Amino acid sequence: MNDSTLVNNMPNRSATSSGTLHNRANGTRPQDSTRLTKGQIERGGKTLTGICVGIVLITLASLIVMVTAKGLSTFISDGISPIAFLTGQVWDPHTLDASGLPTVGALPMIVGSFAVTLLSCAIVIPFAVGSAIYAVEVNPRFGRRFFRPALELLVGIPSVVFGLVGLTILVPLIRNISGGTGYGILAGSLVLAVMVLPTVTSLVIDALESVPAPYRQSSAALGGTRWQTIWHIVLRSATPGILTAVVLGMARAFGEALAVQMVIGNAPAMPTSLTQPASTLTSILTMNMGNEAMNTVYNDVLWSLALILLVMSLIFILIVHFIGRKSEVKHD
Amino acid sequence: MSENALLETHDVRVRYHDTHDALRNINLTFCPGEVTALIGPSGCGKSTFLRCLNLMNREIPHCHIDGEIDYHGQNINTKKQNLYDVRRNIGMVFQSPNPFRKSIYDNIAFAPRQHGIKDRARLDEIVEQSLRRAALWDEVKDVLNKSAYALSGGQRQRLCIARTLAMNPEVVLMDEPCSALDPISTHAIEETIGAIKAEGICVIIVTHNIEQAARISDKTAFFLLGDCIEWNTTEVIFNNPHDQRTKDYLTGRFG
Repeated sequence: MNDSTLVNNMPNRSATSSGTLHNRANGTRPQDSTRLTKGQIERGGKTLTGICVGIVLITLASLIVMVTAKGLSTFISDGISPIAFLTGQVWDPHTLDASGLPTVGALPMIVGSFAVTLLSCAIVIPFAVGSAIYAVEVNPRFGRRFFRPALELLVGIPSVVFGLVGLTILVPLIRNISGGTGYGILAGSLVLAVMVLPTVTSLVIDALESVPAPYRQSSAALGGTRWQTIWHIVLRSATPGILTAVVLGMARAFGEALAVQMVIGNAPAMPTSLTQPASTLTSILTMNMGNEAMNTVYNDVLWSLALILLVMSLIFILIVHFIGRKSEVKHD
Repeated sequence: MSENALLETHDVRVRYHDTHDALRNINLTFCPGEVTALIGPSGCGKSTFLRCLNLMNREIPHCHIDGEIDYHGQNINTKKQNLYDVRRNIGMVFQSPNPFRKSIYDNIAFAPRQHGIKDRARLDEIVEQSLRRAALWDEVKDVLNKSAYALSGGQRQRLCIARTLAMNPEVVLMDEPCSALDPISTHAIEETIGAIKAEGICVIIVTHNIEQAARISDKTAFFLLGDCIEWNTTEVIFNNPHDQRTKDYLTGRFG
């Protein structure tokens, strides 16, 4: 009922507002009955925004349902054991094992994904926190005028560019230093680190800036030096925000496909060193998704990898919420 | 000036951006075991003056302090002066209770730790002593490891006072310490002020509450538009002010 009134009235309203002259020329005046009453506008607005929310929710829900259904069919209809899938160390879907099922051990990719994520974060944290301290506490003018805009610029660079730079500079460099091909977890982690650094740094800057000024004042009034204030007060108060920044960075690193795929070597074997070709969940997905026919076991297994990615990103987001709630509960 | 002056200002003047005078020629003397109230309408410069005394104004860009601030007869308003030494001896309590996001214990132990006390037993002793002096010990002795934000507003402010007392300062500056508190908490803070005064600490308090100034202070200074109009014993200021403007302010004719 509401929907139909809205749809019927919308064209009329635009006709009355934009077509006043036209109506005059015809000798007719805009009729009150063609105008929307306040109540109708109110209801119309509710319906419109409600529809938007509905579309967003339906899209999200169907995405999750689809990935979950497809991902689980590996285990339900294809009969692959989830434990064998999660702990198997051999990835060779075109070879059948003793029971006649494809050999799909995803552990190498899971380990690869976690390895690049954790290593890149370990590289990022000191630089992000250090530069954020400089931009907020040491030289706020520089931070606001130059550093922040520069970071925002870096955030917008497409990941393929980072991958390309890694491929051209990092891979040969690692090859020259450590031997081997140069492809591997180290190259992937470095590329990811450079890629998520601007994002994490911006978020850490936000976290430091949100530490209330009175904390700094009180510390100064208690005879604390600047570094004592930064170390014991500012960083401690900003810890939840900094953790959130790091987890969001991890989520991005975990889900990044293109840049990693270009430099990691894409060998689906258990990684034994940082400079040996390896693979991640995302790189195997992007490498193979286009090549396998729908509804084959191989294709289903790729969906299972996607399901792992989805679950992991869900976990990352939950961690962020948990940190946020915990710091709220603790302080106020 | 007074024989046993602890803190004395000579022609203190504060400018922002070189042009705007926030304070002009303030000459006041503060003695140990004495409470001085700084009163006046908003924007009269009393808080600015308070922040000169522990050089907190140095933290504000474009703020210049001229004149002499003598602490134990030595001018501390010099470029060479170690700010951290000054603030150890001249503590400050702010308007809004702002404990750190730490436990009650760590809030108190913050300053002693910064100044090099690492011994746990010694810290325990300082924490207990400071909380007792701020009349908070009995309320928090069982929850020392809880977040300071678990406390009520009045308790937080007493925690801030205890945190300042943990440095064993000779002077405690208070910038409207009760303006965010209810009457009962205010009363508790006033008792604390009386107690630390009895210990011989020099308390300088900015307050908008004229009754409070009358209740707790020995001397009162009245500020107006960046000038110190009148400074005398509280009794004289309240009963027999020499300046008409002081009289007008106290009788509520402006401000």
